[in-house]
Amino acid sequence: MKKLMLAAFAVLFCAGNVLAEKVVIEGSTTVLPIAQKAAEQYMDANSKADITVRGGGSGVGINSLIAKTCDIANASRAIEAAEVKTANSKGVNPKAFIIAKDAIAVIVNNANAVSALSKQQVADIFTGKITNWSQVGGKDGKIVVVSRDSASGTFESFNALALHKQKAVADALMQASNQAVVTTVAKTPGAIGYAGIGYLSSSIKALTIEGITPTAETVLNGKYAYSRPLFMYTNGDPKGEAKKFIDFVLSKDGQKIVQEEGFVALK
Amino acid sequence: MYSFKERAIKILFTAMAFASLFFLLGIIFVLFRESLPIISEINIFKFLFGKHWYPTYDPAEFGILPLILASLWVTAGAMVVGVPLGLGTALYINELASPKQKHILKPLAEILAGIPSIVYGFFGMLVVAPMVQKIFNLPTGLSAFTASVVLGIMAIPTIASISEDALSFVPKSFKEASYALGANRWQTLIKVTIPAAASGISTSIILGMSRVVGETMTVLMVSGGAAVIPTSFFNPVRPMTSTIAAEMGEAAVGSTHYHALFAIGLALFLITLVFNAAAEAISRKYRIKLGMDR
Amino acid sequence: MKNKITQFAGFAMITACMIMTLLFLASIIYMIFSKGLPAISWEFITAVPRNGMTAGGVAPAIIGTFYLTAGAILFALPLGLACAIYLNEYSPKGVIVNIIRMSINNLAGVPSVVFGLFGLSVFVKFFGFGVSILSGSLTLGILILPAIISASQESLMAVPHSLREASLALGATQWQTIRKAVLPAAIPGIMTGVILSIGRAAGETAPILFTAATFYKRGFPNSLLSEVMALPYHIYALMTEGTKPDLQTPIAYGCALLLLVIVLLVSAAAIFLRNKYREA
Repeated sequence: MKKLMLAAFAVLFCAGNVLAEKVVIEGSTTVLPIAQKAAEQYMDANSKADITVRGGGSGVGINSLIAKTCDIANASRAIEAAEVKTANSKGVNPKAFIIAKDAIAVIVNNANAVSALSKQQVADIFTGKITNWSQVGGKDGKIVVVSRDSASGTFESFNALALHKQKAVADALMQASNQAVVTTVAKTPGAIGYAGIGYLSSSIKALTIEGITPTAETVLNGKYAYSRPLFMYTNGDPKGEAKKFIDFVLSKDGQKIVQEEGFVALK
Repeated sequence: MYSFKERAIKILFTAMAFASLFFLLGIIFVLFRESLPIISEINIFKFLFGKHWYPTYDPAEFGILPLILASLWVTAGAMVVGVPLGLGTALYINELASPKQKHILKPLAEILAGIPSIVYGFFGMLVVAPMVQKIFNLPTGLSAFTASVVLGIMAIPTIASISEDALSFVPKSFKEASYALGANRWQTLIKVTIPAAASGISTSIILGMSRVVGETMTVLMVSGGAAVIPTSFFNPVRPMTSTIAAEMGEAAVGSTHYHALFAIGLALFLITLVFNAAAEAISRKYRIKLGMDR
Repeated sequence: MKNKITQFAGFAMITACMIMTLLFLASIIYMIFSKGLPAISWEFITAVPRNGMTAGGVAPAIIGTFYLTAGAILFALPLGLACAIYLNEYSPKGVIVNIIRMSINNLAGVPSVVFGLFGLSVFVKFFGFGVSILSGSLTLGILILPAIISASQESLMAVPHSLREASLALGATQWQTIRKAVLPAAIPGIMTGVILSIGRAAGETAPILFTAATFYKRGFPNSLLSEVMALPYHIYALMTEGTKPDLQTPIAYGCALLLLVIVLLVSAAAIFLRNKYREA
């Protein structure tokens, strides 16, 4: 009886064992939706490919690339010098591909009188030095800081770009998605939050930062402050399916996915 | 020939019987080994009583006091919800339910226990949290309060089924003696049956607490996740379990963060170990008391 | 008179507690069914996720959960059964039995996320199985081991002593007695335990978070060492890493419904089996 079950189990596995070139993609949760959707469309066109997409974070992706447990590492930051050194010592030679631009808009409730902030003011609000809207030219009222969960890529981005890694105010409301931040800000009059530029809608108001409105144009020409490139790293020049996959992401169809997921396509 | 085979089989079974002990020791060993580096890097008091959990900042801070307190708050809150409901359910099944109702209610409690925690978390996130937010007019419904309510519901079956067992073990003669003295059913229940089953009931509560403190997916989804020392039940908190689950995926293997998460796991393990040992001790004493030692 | 009033009030309170509990159970089941049913279709069960996980089905997650659960049972059943047989049929009373019994109780009380840490450190890293079906199945297997042991032990204990004595009197060895006389009589009870463990293993999320689950993958796993999508993890991933809640929440409801149906079917089967067995 037990043997029979074992045999059945073995057969099940063999049945699924079609020869396919496996590509493992791991890393930044910011890049995750792009990579996932691209993998879907790529596998539609290339039925032989077998792509797995995992999150984890930029550091985890790069570590896996160094340990050779993934083929493509997604990262929302450039690889650090120390990481390159470790990689080289293990015979891994990370090669970077910029696949999209990420821009984060600072958003407030539509009823809020404030519509422009400086970088310093944003940092002070999110680190808790400024706590009332009247301090930045608005009506008197407590500022309710809305943040993303610290596991998210957007949190990591915003923390690096706007706060310069200072600690965010501890009693911020942690929301699980960009959409949730937008919804909360739209419902809470004194709220301030941040979300990917693709999530902007009429239900909330995006602030100008140092006088620059966040748009695809100001992001690409580098004027908007809270923006950064997104990367895919491979070990040396990618080969086979991994190369074809990255080519696909950089193609017109791939960049359309970038836009659909709320990021800025490279023109 | 036969005796050789018999002995071989017996030895094999004996070896396999030690599997649970082996795994338990393995878990303890792994938790200690993986958390040791943190003790050499940070002072253990700073780790246990540090007020700031900022693992991804530079310089990082690894104080798990907010996480421990969050776990305790949520567990206490869950008990406020779960104990009366679980106990009430047990008393109903034991005292008021007809045999036919018992036949239906007991399996239902089992089903409640079998629902995966991710489903409770999902339910809490999409149904309970928005309700809490609306009723109390909060900026977010994901809070210690919501987590307590959902975890309290999850603890009901544990508390109800073990308490019910304890109540049904109370000898009939106890009750009959009480009735004979002129006490009514309620007085008998409060003055005789419940005290007689007290140790079983406390076992059920401790085991319920143990389950709640170790519950992961539910708190991860409904507690809100702010790593601050809790000041109000309506604020988001970040219990120990959800910290491990949320951050292990992003901690690079071998980093201080990685070891710190294992150390939280160790602390959690020790807490549940104490709960389980207490439950075990109480229930053993109780079995002896009723002459049911086996 | 006063006594009657307190009794009435007390019983009313108890009844209210019972009703509250039932109300919670009913509302969870009702919510999941009413919101989940519209998502369920043939496509949902058999197709792969489409359009950035906002459409299509969840077949890879169903397959993954199947593999993980089957693997966990295959690992835990022989171990658990052997342990139960030892404790019930061979065990010399005393210290050893107490130690084993205590370790089973304590293992049963270990939080599920700690099993995940153990699996990560031992199976994923130390043995180098990576994030895979194998690592996940072994981790889940250890998690359900105590449940399988107690169910097996209970049903072995229920086998009447006369049966063993009769077999031994006929000259059968102890192993022959166990295999031919005791086990067949205990099988329905053991099956009940196994079935309930299936429900537990299929629904657990925390142990597979770092040992088996992946965000996205298509098709059948090609080996024991490949990572898989899993139903409970898929709910979590959609709710936390998903970027389009309005489209992804219904899919998560669908997954929750599938999980709930698995658990309800499994519990019903186990309860049915147990009642039938008890009557017999």
